[in-house]
Amino acid sequence: MIRGKVHKFGKNIDTDAIIASKYANFSDPLELGKHCMENIDPDFGKRVEKGDIIVATTNFGCGSSREIAPMTIKGAGISAVVAKSFARIFFRNAINTGLPLLECAEAVEMSEQGDVLEIDLSMGTIRNVTKNLVFSAVPYPEFITELIEAGGLVEYVMKKMEEDNKKSK
Amino acid sequence: MTLVEKILSAHTGKKEVKAGEFLNVKVDMVMASDLTAHIAADQFEKMGAKKPFDSQKVIFVMDHFFPNKDVAAAEQIKRLREFSKKYGILFVEAVDGGIEHVYLPEKGLVLPGDVVVGADSHTCTYGALGAFATGMGSTDIAVAMVTGEIWMKVPQTIKFNYSGKLPTWVTGKDLILYTIGRITVDGALYMAMEFTGEAIKGLSMEGRFTMANMSVEAGAKTGIVAVDEKTKAYIEGRSTRPYNVYTTDSEADYAAIVDYDVSRLEPQVALPHSPDNVCGISEVSNIRVDQVVIGSCTNGRLEDFEYAARVLRNKKVHPDVRCIVIPGSQEVYLAALRAGFIEVFISAGAIVGPPTCGPCVGGHIGILAAGERCASTTNRNFIGRMGSPRSEIYLVNPAVAAASAITGRLTNPEEVVK
Ligand code: SF4
Repeated sequence: MIRGKVHKFGKNIDTDAIIASKYANFSDPLELGKHCMENIDPDFGKRVEKGDIIVATTNFGCGSSREIAPMTIKGAGISAVVAKSFARIFFRNAINTGLPLLECAEAVEMSEQGDVLEIDLSMGTIRNVTKNLVFSAVPYPEFITELIEAGGLVEYVMKKMEEDNKKSK
Repeated sequence: MTLVEKILSAHTGKKEVKAGEFLNVKVDMVMASDLTAHIAADQFEKMGAKKPFDSQKVIFVMDHFFPNKDVAAAEQIKRLREFSKKYGILFVEAVDGGIEHVYLPEKGLVLPGDVVVGADSHTCTYGALGAFATGMGSTDIAVAMVTGEIWMKVPQTIKFNYSGKLPTWVTGKDLILYTIGRITVDGALYMAMEFTGEAIKGLSMEGRFTMANMSVEAGAKTGIVAVDEKTKAYIEGRSTRPYNVYTTDSEADYAAIVDYDVSRLEPQVALPHSPDNVCGISEVSNIRVDQVVIGSCTNGRLEDFEYAARVLRNKKVHPDVRCIVIPGSQEVYLAALRAGFIEVFISAGAIVGPPTCGPCVGGHIGILAAGERCASTTNRNFIGRMGSPRSEIYLVNPAVAAASAITGRLTNPEEVVK
């Protein structure tokens, strides 16, 4: 169960906002996390508490393909992102780096800065504890669920390679 | 089927594929840069891979922080050079190098009908060649490097039909800025944009690369232009590999068809801080600029420098402006040199840098201070993209950039070239 305070953002939060490219050489998530959202909200990294949740409107994560974007968000201590829609490369990168994303327009509409949310990933439910409301996120396609269950794309592929190896022996 | 569906179906061995389907697709080229390849390399080793699926189809191009902008970049590039040697991966650095999206097409490494994935969002540039090309993160790319396949969802296609002949000084850059201004930065989210019509026919390959390049700025998975005589002429002499030409069926299912009459379009400007914050050049007045950048994977090709040189010839850059010209590749640099463009730039007071992404990504060579403004031919004007979060970027075509360098404010080239 994920539980945390809402940090609310608007639309089109781009990857340069999430992590400026001057940090692209960093690879430690905790270091990256300190600079999360620096270009648009310089104190964000300091305000976030472990487990907090980002809530944003449309096209979250647009821009570059940098995989450090979801890594940075995780590194900052954020436990999930709820948005009306996600940019596609960011979506893939989040799945691959294990950052939970939930698409749910109503939850975004009804949640304000500082509200407390509880998220049940297996059920895809988002509970706004402050307002006592429950929402259901758009379910992942089956294929994506399979990837997540395998522990990510790399693990999924490794498992498949192993199976293929066994078969060919 | 649409053009995109046909290319994807040919790479899965299925007779027919439909938008919305999840597929495992075979890839013809896998790319990563100095900014993204290190994570791909980590994942490659984590998977215990002994070699890439095909060493001629995996390429690392050093361009973002190249030539090494600091010790961290130097270490990264050194590691990638060694990694590439060890596993037999194509590695592009100084010798005959350039920005990945300029480099791959000009070396004939991407051809019509190919599926290309790259760990860079502007991989969609190659759609100008009638290929299916899209950007992903480093982990996805590592998997493609090892297996030669990648999962994807078949995108729907929006067809953009541009009718009319483009006026002077109006380029592919203006078409795509205009389009993004209309449909907004998530107007084509998860979709493919297919560019057609009289104006696209009339466009050079350079102009088409510019358009496909910025399709990602509308959220698209890719931008694509069907193959014609110009595409074939471009490939001539760059590759002898056979390729496949696909076209959209007449009864194909488009998500939408959008028509624009562009015969009276003027040069466009994307104002800070979003590529969809677009207006015509006549609608902005007296926006002073401190820096002008002409280059990048969007507008760093020969025709772009030809436009800029036509404006800057026998003129002087405004004394308060840094005008930075960066060829997209060594090949472009040499061609611009031979055509006399480089001399035009230097005589005008512009500075010419080595092929690199440089200022486009706020890396080096032209970082902006707080309060500074830049007219740039690049593709993103996000907050802080080129330096200080309090600087501003205005996206324009190369002729507008050059004209603005002369006057020190955003300027229609018509004003300075009589
Ligand atoms: S020129 Fe700019 S947009 Fe193009 S690959 Fe380099 S950093 Fe990315």
